[in-house]
Amino acid sequence: MTDRATDSGVAPLLSLRGMNKSFGAVHVLKDAGIDAWAGKVTALVGDNGAGKSTMVKGIAGIYSFDDGDYRFDGRTVHVTNPKQSAALGIEVVYQDLALCDNLDVVQNMFLGREMRAGITLDETSMERRAAETLAGLSVRTLKSVRQKVSSLSGGQRQTVAIAKSVLWNSKVVILDEPTAALGVAQTEQVLNLVRRLADNGLAVILITHNMNDVVRVADSICALYLGRTAAQVDAGTVNTTQIVELITAGYSGDIGLPPNIAKEAVA
Amino acid sequence: MTVTAAAPAPDIEDDNSVGSVFRAYLNRLRGGDVGSLPALLGFVALVILFAAMRPDTFASSRNAANLLTQSAPVIFIAMGLVFILLLGEIDLGAGYTAGTSAAVMGVLMTNHGIAWPLAVVACVATGVVVGLLVGLLVARLDIPSFVVTLAFFLGLQGVLLLVIGEGGTLSITSPTILAIMNNNLSPMLGWLFFAVVVLGFAGSLFWSTATRRRAGLPVASSGVMIAKVLALAIPLGIATYLLNLERAVNPLIKSLRGIPIVVPFTLVFLVVLSFLLGRTAFGRHVYAVGGNTEAARRAGINVPAIKIMCFIIGSSMAAIAGILFASRDNSVSPTTGGASTLLYAVGAAVIGGTSLFGGKGRVADAILGGLVIAVIDNGLPLITQKSGIQFIVTGLVLLLAASVDAISRRRSAATGR
Repeated sequence: MTDRATDSGVAPLLSLRGMNKSFGAVHVLKDAGIDAWAGKVTALVGDNGAGKSTMVKGIAGIYSFDDGDYRFDGRTVHVTNPKQSAALGIEVVYQDLALCDNLDVVQNMFLGREMRAGITLDETSMERRAAETLAGLSVRTLKSVRQKVSSLSGGQRQTVAIAKSVLWNSKVVILDEPTAALGVAQTEQVLNLVRRLADNGLAVILITHNMNDVVRVADSICALYLGRTAAQVDAGTVNTTQIVELITAGYSGDIGLPPNIAKEAVA
Repeated sequence: MTVTAAAPAPDIEDDNSVGSVFRAYLNRLRGGDVGSLPALLGFVALVILFAAMRPDTFASSRNAANLLTQSAPVIFIAMGLVFILLLGEIDLGAGYTAGTSAAVMGVLMTNHGIAWPLAVVACVATGVVVGLLVGLLVARLDIPSFVVTLAFFLGLQGVLLLVIGEGGTLSITSPTILAIMNNNLSPMLGWLFFAVVVLGFAGSLFWSTATRRRAGLPVASSGVMIAKVLALAIPLGIATYLLNLERAVNPLIKSLRGIPIVVPFTLVFLVVLSFLLGRTAFGRHVYAVGGNTEAARRAGINVPAIKIMCFIIGSSMAAIAGILFASRDNSVSPTTGGASTLLYAVGAAVIGGTSLFGGKGRVADAILGGLVIAVIDNGLPLITQKSGIQFIVTGLVLLLAASVDAISRRRSAATGR
């Protein structure tokens, strides 16, 4: 059905095959799949309505897939709620970031998982760990971890949201359009951070509309086309034009969906 | 990610001297984060104004003591309301929750001869039940709290009438209950109280600084710490001294001096509730729900449980305010907790700096705001007998406070703070 890069024989950490999901009569995902490897950035691209969000929400357990093979670290797992995906070490940074403006950086990073000493909060340990995590990601754009999030720029907020997702020894981090609302310099900072996450050994899935992001940081590209995986290819093997064709037509030359399936999907 | 390994950890600010802390505070103010500063300035300005206009009546230590006891019930309701306002919700029924709870206590003590401790437990339990019901309706059924508590405002008014019964008023005779609002600490105990508060504050400040230093985190300089302790100790010391002066009209008949008992009583609740909001996971979650409910939900916080808990705390504090009303008036009547009580309490919380939009506010602010309201309530009648003007002025002050809140929000949005 699809051309899949076997990618030098390393087994993917997260591997989905034949995922289906319908909302009533609307068949949103049709045998879609994606692989993500530890230490690599996998870009998940596709036009609006291609099924990117549904795919990610399925991975995170916010929706459960109707059927399909969901493998994590080689084992088939059943993820039907967000707690289960979190237990596996899968963290999602949504586009709205889900930060509380009225809380500071440390408070946001530990929200819902506060460290405690007796009945009180262990503020010093939390502050130290937050600072260490940010330092580990070479984040130097924050003046103080006790700044309120309301005082941060868009890029800094994105940074905090990403740092929050890696605080818990997560293995897979899914980023939903992290650069969509950012300026040039801040996009650069966030892309650097995305690269460092992968360099630190995490499997990163990057949802994006931006070809520049894909070219800059992706190791592997998974293109969705109207609910099907058009192709998952190594980033080095395709050019921007081919990626755009995969997104808009479902195939590009001999990679992607067979033309008859791609066209049938439209009809 | 390159070899700038010598770069400092992101949070280390070397300069924590008094000057730089003050400059940082000014920056915060400019950014729209004014906190309780308007209330503090308003309080000082009003006190100076009234004292200048009525030096004999307003600026007497008798009046100061009166002011503290007058404001206490509203302050208690406001302290509880802070929890509800932090969520971005409202409790319009808090005034009559106070009245109804007080009536339950009064009926048990006066009509059934039940000992005061049991009656007080029943009073607080009434508050808990009301809070639980409101909380369940708001959090589980998703009815706007405005509507739910409006219904309780009306309904509890009726419950209050039914509980009190035909008599119209219940007189309260328990010396213990009456003591809260009518008795004072001896001057000696007053100074002991002063010492405990200042040392307790300094001790907790020193303790947290020492903990942070051990953990290698940035700390404020000792200059900042001393300034903070002095900022508490000096006004409190002056107040203790003034309240310890003789203030009876005729001291030979009955001496009247010392800090009203309700002051330490209030302080205990301030410390406990501030601890709950500032130092526990529950308090953190309250702020999170008020700041961004969706983020709180995704972080695994049980949002309905937090809401229900806040309404229970709010109504329990209202019930305790009911005890204070009963103690102050020596009775419970169908108007206890009615009239402008609730509006004064909401005003107190908002004037103190609690945001009506949720997520911002502290318990201590409610006390400051309550004092501002009390000064207006107490000072204006000394200047004009027209109660129309008093209502108008109080309304204007509340409007001013709400505008400060709204403008500071706009300003924070504009400066990206």
